[in-house]
Amino acid sequence: MADIQVKEKQESAPSVEQTTPGRTFMPAVDIFETEREITLIADMPGVSPDHLDIDLRENTLTLAGDVAAPESAEETHVLQEYETGKYFRQFTLSEVIDQGKIDAKLNDGVLRLSLPKVEKAKPRKITVQPG
Amino acid sequence: MIVRRMYNTPNWGWRSPFDELELLRNRMNTLSRTLSGDTPHTRSAGVFPLINVTEDKDNYRVRAELPGLSADQLDISITGNSLAISGERKISEEDKEAKYHRRERESGKFSRMIELPDQVDGEKVAAQMANGILTVTLPKAETAKPRQIKVQ
Repeated sequence: MADIQVKEKQESAPSVEQTTPGRTFMPAVDIFETEREITLIADMPGVSPDHLDIDLRENTLTLAGDVAAPESAEETHVLQEYETGKYFRQFTLSEVIDQGKIDAKLNDGVLRLSLPKVEKAKPRKITVQPG
Repeated sequence: MIVRRMYNTPNWGWRSPFDELELLRNRMNTLSRTLSGDTPHTRSAGVFPLINVTEDKDNYRVRAELPGLSADQLDISITGNSLAISGERKISEEDKEAKYHRRERESGKFSRMIELPDQVDGEKVAAQMANGILTVTLPKAETAKPRQIKVQ
């Protein structure tokens, strides 16, 4: 397998205004779709399950994660290659999602979100009765 | 009359037009550094994972963001005051019929070596993973700790 490449954290689009100070980053995601569901996997290091907010309204999916600064007050930086901050990203879904069956797991800073599609209405044959 | 030249004030009568450009560049650098916070953003070594190193009175702490890696998938060793971190980040294979819309997460092997600015006590180095963030705590060697000197 090839060596992993460094990727700088991408900052969230400035159109998303934040009310609290600090930087906001876009988590890197994988999104794939099967016949039954859409799966979204997002890298959100530093986010604990109770600081993650997933919201699906209309067809907009919002991921927001809060990260507490890992450094204590006594520590001073000797070398800083990355910065920490909140995570925020929004997606527009084209499929109708079955809200009740959404499943989210957060393990080691990776979120796995399953969005099952609403079962398509089964075709129903209507027989016309002679009247 | 006292003629005082302020730091960075351009010479009257420029030696070359590029002096002015150089000055402008320096000022922009200072400005961007000030805006991005107090800590100087060290230029990244360009090697995965990116790391932050902090120090307090007794310890150095090396942190890296390694989402999806558990403690047993990492190999950490210390020789003298060089810390080596290596491992492999795997991304699980998904259903063959899955259609990808986005693929931004990266996988692969990595290994990185960091030289610490001072001697550390290799015996007491501790590492922990929490929510995808690795923290290695390296206690400073006794000789490297600041010592209070009492004035008699």
